[in-house]
Formats: sequence, structure tokens, C-alpha cells
Amino acid sequence: MNDPDNPIERPFTVEEKHALSLLMDMVIPPSKTYGVPGAGDTLILNTIINDAGRRTPRLMDALAALEEMSQEGCGVGFAELPVEQRGSIVNAFREAHPGVANLIANLATQCYYRDDRVMIALDMETRPPHPEGYVVEQGDWSLLNPVRKRAAFYRKLDQPSS
Amino acid sequence: MSEEPVDVLIIGAGASGAAMSWSLADTRMHIVCLEQGGLMNPLTYPSTSRDWETRAQGEFAINPNQRNLPTDYPINEDESPIKVANFNGVGGGTVLYAGHYPRFHPSDFKVKSLDGIAEDWPISYDDLAPFYGENDRMTGVAGLAGDPAYPQDNAHRLPPLPLGKSGQILAKGYNKLGWHWWPSDTAIITEDYDGRAKCINLGACGSGCAQGAKGSADVTYWPHALRAGVELRTHCRVREVTIGKDGMATGAVYYDGNGDEQVIKSHIVVMASNGVGTPRLLLNSKSPQFPDGLANSSGLVGKNLMFHPYASIQGVFNELTDGFAGPHKAIRSQQFYETDPSRDFVRGYTMEIQRGMPPVRTAHTGMRLGRIPWGDDHHSAFRRLYNHVTGMVAVCEDLPEEHNRVTLDPHLKDGNGIPAPKINYTLSDNSRKMLDHGVARATEILEAAGATDVMSEAPISWGGWHLMGTARMGLDPAKSVVNEWGRSHDVKNLFIIDGSVFVTSAGVNPTSTIQALALYIADQMKSRLSNLFD
Repeated sequence: MNDPDNPIERPFTVEEKHALSLLMDMVIPPSKTYGVPGAGDTLILNTIINDAGRRTPRLMDALAALEEMSQEGCGVGFAELPVEQRGSIVNAFREAHPGVANLIANLATQCYYRDDRVMIALDMETRPPHPEGYVVEQGDWSLLNPVRKRAAFYRKLDQPSS
Repeated sequence: MSEEPVDVLIIGAGASGAAMSWSLADTRMHIVCLEQGGLMNPLTYPSTSRDWETRAQGEFAINPNQRNLPTDYPINEDESPIKVANFNGVGGGTVLYAGHYPRFHPSDFKVKSLDGIAEDWPISYDDLAPFYGENDRMTGVAGLAGDPAYPQDNAHRLPPLPLGKSGQILAKGYNKLGWHWWPSDTAIITEDYDGRAKCINLGACGSGCAQGAKGSADVTYWPHALRAGVELRTHCRVREVTIGKDGMATGAVYYDGNGDEQVIKSHIVVMASNGVGTPRLLLNSKSPQFPDGLANSSGLVGKNLMFHPYASIQGVFNELTDGFAGPHKAIRSQQFYETDPSRDFVRGYTMEIQRGMPPVRTAHTGMRLGRIPWGDDHHSAFRRLYNHVTGMVAVCEDLPEEHNRVTLDPHLKDGNGIPAPKINYTLSDNSRKMLDHGVARATEILEAAGATDVMSEAPISWGGWHLMGTARMGLDPAKSVVNEWGRSHDVKNLFIIDGSVFVTSAGVNPTSTIQALALYIADQMKSRLSNLFD
């Protein structure tokens, strides 16, 4: 495990990237139904690794913990596990480490939902909000008419609680 | 650096410091404002880039410990269920606020007289009313006159924010139940105003408005104050206020952007560093005359910390909502604002609608609340929520309790070695009951509006947006830190103008009142210049 005060600064190994890809696909898998990649897709995974920043050591620790649980429980590495067993290991990991599991889910979603393919599948425009902005309809202000008819009901200073 | 004393030193360039700087500028005094953060550049705000939701959780996160920028100071909040939200830069917390801009009610200033709890303010709604109006003019406020929940006023308002799909859904729910709602007073301009361009519905108000339509103090007061000659020094972090042998404030010691220690001398010192930063500095300003911290003869500096405990209640609808487009706030309800003896709590709360959520936040919220799973069902569950959620928050009045407090952490320090603040806070039984009431009533509204599922959280753990009460005002020096016009009871040339001086918190967002108070105190100072220190 990394010492949080002196985190190791090193790139992910090929094995770690592969395990991370498998893990991210378990958070958000690819879907033929919706025509979208999974969060373990190469492009999205690279974004996740870039975005991890100072959270990288925690991510590496999570992968190490998954590997250890897998070796201890099943006798093989996380990446070699059959899909069902991988799911069991991940579920046990989420229960034991909810904080890191949230971090993994947050990283997955924050990178996944800005991928062009995903945004297009959701009918989103692939652009930042500024400078074009968006249109919001005014709405039906006649809905306010019954409230306009209401008498003032703020509490007067000579009025005890009613 | 050695320099001649300035006339007024203002510590903090946020909501109150900006308003005070502008108001005092017409005296032609030499006014210097020190700000530990930098000048903001709206064109670098998250909404200008594709990864805007990620950046909003990173360098623009509302929590300073999460943001962890060199301009931030850490806060030990381990002993608080509600975490602090702030921002350190010109404009302060208004850079990240949603712009919700309601006034207090008249009753909020008289809670002891009316409800037998806490303390009355030494000033009234009527005292502040002209300054609310002046502040609205300076800021640019969208809204609609005639709200029956408030006394009538002649405030200058721009047209209200659009109701949109979300506002209409919720308005129908309120109308079915016969409950109050009204377009929010919001510091977001719906028409071009004072050289600023109108809102274009970026939907990213909470991480800085790249359009400049949101009335953060850096785009409202500061351009006017700087043109009027106020000197603003950025990246200057104050360590302590200094005191002379006569017990008067003499200025401050601060670290400049290079980390070099500097001394500034001033005839008047004004604290404007928010309800956590101000008590931190006062407690760190110890001297033989003030061994317990400056202006602390009452022992109340740092005590009576109030947040507004928030409940979030969101409904899932079959019909489309606005999603994340548009300002977050469009309407509010004050149906449950005033004390009602039939309820099991005193005081009350405002409901503020929240229009919808952007995609990443939809996923985070759905996962946190158990609506979106990991794995194959993620996609269908996400699509059930995305652009189909709208709801509200209940902003609950927090009552002052001395055990809720800001102290100096004995170990934690900021980048300049200044002790960090520590927060001790517990949620009161009254607040818990109010939150529960808010969740139950909001659920009724959402169901009346057609929600198929309701998700709630109370309190919102990251929602310590409002920092109040830690150097309160009052007539009695034994029970307050500053007098009824913001001057320290103990140090006659020391003023406090931020949320610290709040006696009670009301059940609305405080920024409008913080700025109106700053203008009121500035006006009091100007009217008393000949005998200000008597």
C-alpha cells in the first residue's frame, strides 16, 4: 500500500491498465442496446488515468487490493478470473472499501459522460456550455395566478406564532 | 515593506468586503483591501471546457480541503457532519454561489421576542431595507414584485428567470396542494445590465459564471470600487491584526504572493473574511491586552456557528425536465417559513427548486442514492434519471448554540504556517425535526406533481455554504462581539461586516443580507466619521 504522505509517483503498468480497464467496464459496461462503449474503453481509460491526478496512488492501491483478494480467494490474478468470479471479488471489495469504490465510480462517470460517443448516444451536443449556452423555455406564468390572489402571510412583528 | 498608514484596511474581497470597499470609496479615504486569493478570469471557468463537471469537483470544488489550492487554507471539519463550502479569491464565495438572493423576513430579526429563543438582532428589517435596495441595484437581481410571503418593496428587479419545464412541473404540484411558491429573487441578470451580458443558461452557475451574468462580487462591486480608487492587493494572506499599546488596532501582518511577511498599518481595520475566516484571524491575533484573541472579552468569538442544514429532495418524472440548462434556481416556496406551534420545531425553512442535473452529477447522485447500479443495468437506470429529475432543497434555519464553534486547530496549518480553523458542530434536535418536515412536505409536492420516485438526503453533508454567527452583533458587550453598527465592543477601530455578525440565521440564503449589512455598516461609519472611535 502507498504511504498517503509519500505517494509513489509512477505510471500505471500494462497489467494495472488492463485490470483497471476490466474494473471500469464493471462499473459501466459497453452496451449494444444503447450503442455505447464501456468505461474501460481505451480512449475513456486514458482520460480516467489522466484525470486521476493526485488520486492515482489510491487507484493503484485499489488494484493491488483486488489482485490480493483474487489471489487469496481464487488462486489466480484479477484479470484471469472468469467474469462471475470477478464480479464476486469486486462486490466484496466494494463492501470492504466503500470510499475507494466511490472514487472509482466517480472517476468512471466523470470521464465516461464527456466522451463524444456517449454524449451523442444521449442526444447531447458535444461542446462545453460556454459560449453558446442553452435555451430554456419561459413556461406558463399563468400558473402563478392563484398565488397572486393570496393575501400577505408573512409574520408581522406584533403577531405571535399562529 | 514600510509605508504610511492607510485609512481603512479591509481583510477579504468577498461579498461583504466588496460592498464595503465600494461604499466607503466616496469618502476619498485611502482604502486597501487584502485578499488571499487572486483576481478571477471568467474565461477560464469550467463551463468553457468539455470537462467542466470534472473541474467543478476539482479546482472549483466548493470544499477547500477538496480544492486544496495554494490560495486555500485547510479546515479541520472532522467533528462536523456538515462540511464547509467557501472560495478564496476576489468575489469570495459569490464566485461559486448559485445567486439565490432572498431577503430576510421582518420576523427573522426578532426571534426572541416572537418565539422566545436565541436573541433578537439589535437592528430591524426596516433598518436594512434601504440597503437591500441599494445592494439589489448594484448587483442586478431577477425576480418579481408582489410575493405575499414578504412585505411589499419597491426594489428594482429584472424579469424573473424562466420557469422552464422543471418550474412548471413543480408549480403544478404546489398549486395542487394550495401551497405558496414565487419566482426567486436571484442575482442573475436576465437583461444586459451595468455593462454585463444577460444569462444564456449555461447551467454551471456553481463553478463560476463565464458569461458574467451571475452577480458575483468580482463583477458587480469590484469594477466600481477599483474605478473609485480602492486599492486591491491579491495573494496577500493576513496572519493577524496588530494592536497598539492603547488597545486600538494598528493594522495587520500578512504574507504576500512571494511568501514574504509584510506589515500594513491602518487607522481602521475591517474584517470581511466570512464566518470561519474572521474568527480564525481574531483568535490568532493574541496580545497581552487580548490573550484570548482580539475582540473576545465576551468569549463569543468563534462560538454560535450556524450553517443552514439543507435537505435535498429530488423527484423522478416520466416527462422531460430542463436537465442542467438554465440557472439552478427559478422558484421558491415559503409555505413553511414562519413558526407554527402545531409543528414540533420552531422557526422554519425555504424550499428552493433545483432545475435538474448534468450527466455526471446525475450518475453520482443516482449511484450514491442506490438508483444507478454498477454493471449491465447502469445504462437503463441512468436514462431513467437523466433529464427526468427535478426537485428542491429545504434551507433550514439554524439556531445559535455556543458549542457549535470555530477554534484554532493545534496542529493543522496553512501554507504560510498560520493555524487552520477547526469546526465543532452538531445538528440540533430542532434542525433534525425541521429537515424531516421538509423532506416529508417536499415528497408530497413531488408526488402531487407526478413524480414516480423520490430521492432524499438530509442533511446534505457537503452543504456548509452559509457561515454565520461567530462574532455576533448586539447591544450587550457580554453577549455579543460587535455593536449594532458593526464596531467591536472591545476595539473601537475594528469592524466586522461578514456573516460572523449574524445573530440568527433565518431560513434563507444570507448573501443579500450580508451585503446589505456591509452597506449599512459603511453608511453608519460615514455618518460618524467625526466621532467614529468615541
